[in-house]
Amino acid sequence: MANVATAVEPGRRRKGVSAVVSAVLRFVVVGAVTFLGLLTVTFFIGRVVPIDPVLAIVGDRASASAVAAARQQYGLDLPLWQQFALYLKKALTGDFGTSVLSSNPVMQDILRVFPATLELATAGTLIGLFFGIPLGVLAAVKRDSLIDQIVRVIGLVGYSIPIFWLGLMGLLIFYAKLDWVAGPGRIDIAYEYTFTPITGLFLFDAAIQGEWAAFADIFSHIILPASLLGYFSMAYISRMTRSFMLNELAQEYIVAARAKGLRETRIIWGHALRNAAVPLVTVIALSYATLLEGSVLTETIFAWPGIGMYLTNSLQNADMNAVLGGTIVIGTVFIGLNLFADLLYRLLDPRTRA
Amino acid sequence: MLMEKINRRLALLLAGAAMSAVMTAGMPAYADTPADTLVQAWAIDDMISLDPAEAFELSTGEITGNTYDMLVRLDANDTTKIVGGIAESWTVSDDGLTYTFKLKPDLKFASGNPITAEDVAWSFERAVKLNKSPAFIIQQFGLTGDNAAEKAKAADPSTFVFTVDKAYAPSFVLNCLTATVGAVVDSKTVKEHVAAVTPSDEYKFDNDFGNGWMKTNFAGSGPYKTREWRANEVVVLERNDNYYGTKGNLARVIYRHVKESATQRLMLEKGDVDVARNLQPGDIDAVSKNADLVITATPKSTVYFFSLNQKNENLAKPEVREAFKYLVDYDALGDTLLKNIGAMRQNFLPKGILGALDDKPYKLDIAKAKELLAKAGLPDGFSVTMDVRSTQPVTGVAESLQQNAAQVGIKIEIIPGDFKQVLTKFRARTHEMYIGQWGVDYWDPNSNAETFGINPNNADDSMNKTLAWRNAWDVPADIQDETKAALLERDATKRAEMYADLQKKVREAGPFVFLWQETEVAGLRKNIQNFKLGPTFDTNFVGPVTK
Repeated sequence: MANVATAVEPGRRRKGVSAVVSAVLRFVVVGAVTFLGLLTVTFFIGRVVPIDPVLAIVGDRASASAVAAARQQYGLDLPLWQQFALYLKKALTGDFGTSVLSSNPVMQDILRVFPATLELATAGTLIGLFFGIPLGVLAAVKRDSLIDQIVRVIGLVGYSIPIFWLGLMGLLIFYAKLDWVAGPGRIDIAYEYTFTPITGLFLFDAAIQGEWAAFADIFSHIILPASLLGYFSMAYISRMTRSFMLNELAQEYIVAARAKGLRETRIIWGHALRNAAVPLVTVIALSYATLLEGSVLTETIFAWPGIGMYLTNSLQNADMNAVLGGTIVIGTVFIGLNLFADLLYRLLDPRTRA
Repeated sequence: MLMEKINRRLALLLAGAAMSAVMTAGMPAYADTPADTLVQAWAIDDMISLDPAEAFELSTGEITGNTYDMLVRLDANDTTKIVGGIAESWTVSDDGLTYTFKLKPDLKFASGNPITAEDVAWSFERAVKLNKSPAFIIQQFGLTGDNAAEKAKAADPSTFVFTVDKAYAPSFVLNCLTATVGAVVDSKTVKEHVAAVTPSDEYKFDNDFGNGWMKTNFAGSGPYKTREWRANEVVVLERNDNYYGTKGNLARVIYRHVKESATQRLMLEKGDVDVARNLQPGDIDAVSKNADLVITATPKSTVYFFSLNQKNENLAKPEVREAFKYLVDYDALGDTLLKNIGAMRQNFLPKGILGALDDKPYKLDIAKAKELLAKAGLPDGFSVTMDVRSTQPVTGVAESLQQNAAQVGIKIEIIPGDFKQVLTKFRARTHEMYIGQWGVDYWDPNSNAETFGINPNNADDSMNKTLAWRNAWDVPADIQDETKAALLERDATKRAEMYADLQKKVREAGPFVFLWQETEVAGLRKNIQNFKLGPTFDTNFVGPVTK
């Protein structure tokens, strides 16, 4: 099976390339339509919520003239279709207006909060991958054994225990009682100004500036929330890996490989997992995308200034520019990751190239 | 083969991850905050601007109060009195229209620029012209964009003259000037950051008076200066070494945005923060039992009330209004849901303000409420809806009323909602019943007297949307007249008596059931000294704090 990809003749390879190109094109079109739909839906949802957006801007006590001034300044006095046209025009150039809450351009806010989420989600997904895949494979190979039961319990717990409870328990045990990790937030105030946030990924920024004490502190802060997200991601990934592997292990080519006398490790890791990896890529990408949306509860409990908290807070305060901007960035990431997963899928699965 | 290689690499990585986990475990935790820094955990997500001409939120009140100066300030020991801020003395002309302030000599902004009467005048002018949320506190004295420069002006570098349009009670004018909208900004610094704007019908000026820059920057003269504000993350204050008065004890004050009460409590117990500002009742209990921690509390200016929309014909009956006042179990609420976080109060003025009454004439009395309903021709009760913000303690309080009301046949349907959603409905007068809160706009009894007792036009398109208007209460003429007269009463004792009378009248006749006054609670590490919450957020001073 592993040889198929390398053994294809030149003609088929060209077809494979054109298949990838057409897939990209298809996704550009689908992506553009989805994106436009996203813009439209978010805008109109933002306008039909029973909240007066001016309230968020000037507060409850403003005089009638201050309210009118704000309404005009934010273009809220225009007819809805004009507001939408204006919004579309600006959004397409990356300008989502100014956030009422932070007084900054929304894009600037997102560039500040998104790296925090990106760092946490990436760490969480890596943890989920490192533990989830081996566990899933083991559970499938040793079906109904103790390890299989353990994986099932992990999966069950991951699905049924609310993350805020686990988060608080984690803080209580590892931070308050055992003192193993640092508390909520991304960094201790003692290191607040020791390095310049260039990318906003603090671990990376501290590392390239050689601030190793700050790096250790950041690591100590991220490890608990990342493990928490990683746990949920692991629960999902291991469960899916198990079921994909079971499916593969029941295939005839496995029987053939065994009959040929191949070593069991090679059959499992080289043949079965390789085939199971195809659908697994989609699962991992989607799980990563979900974490990138920002886990609101985790971010709230760990005082993590990420996009989840930013969006929730904006939503609660009817800061519609920020809500729309954030939603669109998340939507774009989601669409992008989907596209990426689909391309990987095509690269990994020789059949899709035929 | 390939997979086996990956597998080996994976094993290495796993080992690496395990190693670093072990290393982290062995690392010392940085539990204590630096000795020269006060770290507070506080939900600061309401903060929208640092510009004192625009900021009108609780958290910004505290920041402005510590980083800017006003002409006059509240006397911290008796908040019904006024003391000088940057003004050394002041006189009121005999006709009551002209206030002349003499500034203290040789004052400096944090930037090193001298503070002059020109700065004061420009600060007033920009606040009036920018016309943001708190501008009305100055505009109500007859200042407009056209006359602000004339009515608030510098006679000489150390004399500021403020001209009002009516002979108001001087206590009223001075109380209003303690508000943060009257904060004096460093005009020389701000003018370097002014941005051009296109004038329109709503905004007639060609520049933004530095508002864009001031939203996130600082140009003040208080004991602390704002170094940085990152929305929903942190506010960093640093000591202002140019401050003319008693300098702050600590070099830095840091507010960390932490939303969750349980998280705040953990950080406080651990020593990662010195002060936790948003503890909920359960966590307050735990903190008060911890030997390393102490609790401090002060009544704040916010009062909570039920209100009855008078557009509803049942609620409009005077007997029904009165009946509701007997359906609240004040004592039980005070002992349970509101323990530590509120003090029961049956008047519209919060404790600590001029003329505030402390008496509590109403008690839970089901029989009396039943009798009143019968008198109103509703012996079997009626059905009504109540909009309630879906947070505690208001939801619990609403449910308590719901149970008591059910005993006399009033079926209350609670409609839970997000705060802004509930407020939007309330502002449009489409609610039936509402439970809400009201904090004074400025530290003077007129603020609440006006909103609870004035409604010049009960039509839907009225420009004057007071709380009386929002509940469609056609306020009796005697209450409205007395409220207006109290505003002009120049004898402070007499003025206080008038407000006492007004509180009685409104609580008896009005569509409001006053419930409690909010208490602000903070949990502190034991080593924190002189941390005292003031009656308003702009009097939560951090300067005296030591550790």
